[in-house]
Amino acid sequence: MQTEPYTKLYLSEHYGNEAFRTLAGYEAAGGFQGLRAALARDPEEVTELVKSSGLRGRGGAGFNAGLKWSFMPKGDERMKVLVCNGDESEPGSFKDRMIMQQGPFQILEGLLIAAWATGARRSYIYIRGEYQYPIQCVRKAVAEMYDKGYLGRDVFGEPGFEHDIVVHSGAGAYICGEETGLLESLEGKKGQPRKKPPFPAQHGAFGLPTTVNNIETFAHVPYILSRGVEWFRGFGTEKSPGTTLFGVSGHVERPGLFELPLGTPLREVIAKAGGVRNNRALKAVIPGGMSMPVLTPSDLDVPMAEEFLSERGTHLGTGGVMVMDDTTCMARVACVISYFFRDESCGQCTQCREGTGWIHKLCERIEAGRGRPRDLELLESVPALMEGHTICAFADAAAWPIKGLLRHFRSDFECHISEGSCPFPESFEL
Amino acid sequence: MKPETRKKIDELFRHYPERRGALLPAIYLVQEEFGYVGPEAARELAEIFEIAPVAVWEVLTFYNMFYTEPQGRHHVYVCTNLPCSLRGARPLIRCLEERLGVHAGETTADGRITLGHEECLGSCGTAPVMRVDGVYHENLDLERALAIVDQLD
Repeated sequence: MQTEPYTKLYLSEHYGNEAFRTLAGYEAAGGFQGLRAALARDPEEVTELVKSSGLRGRGGAGFNAGLKWSFMPKGDERMKVLVCNGDESEPGSFKDRMIMQQGPFQILEGLLIAAWATGARRSYIYIRGEYQYPIQCVRKAVAEMYDKGYLGRDVFGEPGFEHDIVVHSGAGAYICGEETGLLESLEGKKGQPRKKPPFPAQHGAFGLPTTVNNIETFAHVPYILSRGVEWFRGFGTEKSPGTTLFGVSGHVERPGLFELPLGTPLREVIAKAGGVRNNRALKAVIPGGMSMPVLTPSDLDVPMAEEFLSERGTHLGTGGVMVMDDTTCMARVACVISYFFRDESCGQCTQCREGTGWIHKLCERIEAGRGRPRDLELLESVPALMEGHTICAFADAAAWPIKGLLRHFRSDFECHISEGSCPFPESFEL
Repeated sequence: MKPETRKKIDELFRHYPERRGALLPAIYLVQEEFGYVGPEAARELAEIFEIAPVAVWEVLTFYNMFYTEPQGRHHVYVCTNLPCSLRGARPLIRCLEERLGVHAGETTADGRITLGHEECLGSCGTAPVMRVDGVYHENLDLERALAIVDQLD
C-alpha cells in the first residue's frame, strides 16, 4: 500500500511521516487540538457544530454525521456506545486502510470528540479480519493512549469524562460493513442485519444506545473542531463539504489514493490517476465502490459529490472509482460482480439469497455464450424483485450494478447471446 | 485447549457487556492453537460461553476466516474481485493452481499450502494482491507470485 496519497490536503497532510503514527508525533503535528476545543464546549454544542459543518458519513450512505450523533437518547441511564466501522469491504475501497495505518490517532481523537458530544462511555473499533496490519497499527495507537493516561478515567483532565476503546477484529464477511450486521457480529453472532426500527441509537450494540460511523468520518471530525466550520466548508460543495480520499483502481496509469475536495469533477479524478492506461479510450467508470451503478464517458464532468451523482442514477458510495477501458467486456464485469454478491449474501432474506444466485447464473450463461434470447428480460426482472424488498440494502447493492450495466451496455450482452462468443478479444480474463 | 488459551479467553470478557461479545476473538485464539476449530473445540467453546454448540458452529461457518477443517501450513489467498481481475488476477491464480497442482479452495497433498481466492482485500490501488499467512503482497506479477509461493516451506 502507498504510505501517502498522491494528492494531499488536510486529512492526509502528514501521511507518510513515520512520526505521525506515534502519539508524540501526532501531538507535535497539532493533534488533539480538536478534542481540546470540544472539551471547552458543552456536548450539545459540539454535536450542533458537527451537524452544521455538513460532514457526511464517508462509509457509503452519506448521512449527516452530527445529525446521527443527535439521535443518541438523552437522560438514558444505559451505557452509550460508539462503534467505528472499519470493515471496509466494499470492493474498490481502500481508503480506511490507509487512515488506520497512517493516521490512527486521527480516528481516536474523532472518537473521543464524539464520545464527549454523545456521552458515550465505550468505543468499539470493528476492523475487518483481513486487515491484520491495520489492526496492529490501531491497537498500538490505543495502547499508547492508555500508557499516557489519555483513555480510561478523566480523559484529558476532564473530571468525570470516562472512555475506553476496544479494537475488535471481524472474520471475513462483506455484510458486516452494514451497520446492524456489524453490531450482530460484534455481539458474537452471524453478521445478519437487523430490521429497523429500532435504530442503533435506541437499540444498538448489546441492546445499548449506539452510534456507528465510518473510520474516515471520525478522522475528519478533529479538523472541524480545531479549524472551524467555515474553514471546513471551504472544501467541497455546499451539500457535501470537506475532502475525501478517492481510491482509483482498474485501467489507469497510476492507481491509488487521492485526497481531493468532494465535488471534484470525475474527469479530474481520473486525470490525477494518470488517465486511462496505454492511451486507451474510457469505456465505463464505477464511481463509488462496486455496489454503485456504472457511469459512461458522457458523465465525465459530473462533480464527485452525492447530490450530483444521484442525479445521474448512481452514488458517491465510498469514493472507490473503478476505471475500465474500451477493451473491457461488460458481460464479464457483470459476471465478476454477480459472483461476489451471490457469495456474500448473508442468506437471511429469500429475495436476496435466491436473487443473487439467479443473477449470477444468468450472467455466467450469457458470458459463456450460452445465453438464450429471453435471458436479458429475465436478467432485468430479477433485480426488480429484490430491490427494496429485503431487511438491508445488500439486495439493492446487488441489483443496482447489474441494472446499470444493462442500461448502458446492453449491446455487450446482446452480442454474447446472438454471436455465442465474446466480442472483446482483449478483455481482462475470467 | 491449552490453559493459556483458556486464560486469554477469560481475559477477553471484561471488554464486552455480554460474554458472547468475546466469541469471535475467542475463536481466533482457538484457531491459533489448532489451526482450525473442529466440532470438539466448538463444543468446548460452547461450554465456556454457555451457549448451544450449534450457536458456535453457525458462527464458525458464517465467516470466511474461520476453518472447521485442517488447513495447509500456509494460506495463500488471491483476490479475484473486479479491481484485481481488471489487472490480471485470474491468470495469476491459474498459474498458482498449476504450480501447486490444486484448485483454488484445496490444499496440496503434502499439507504445505491451502490455495484460495478471496473477495476484495482493500488493496485495489495496488492490484493484483494476494494474502500469504496474513501478509499482503501487492502489485504482483506472475514471476513474483510464484517466487513468493515457492519459498514457503
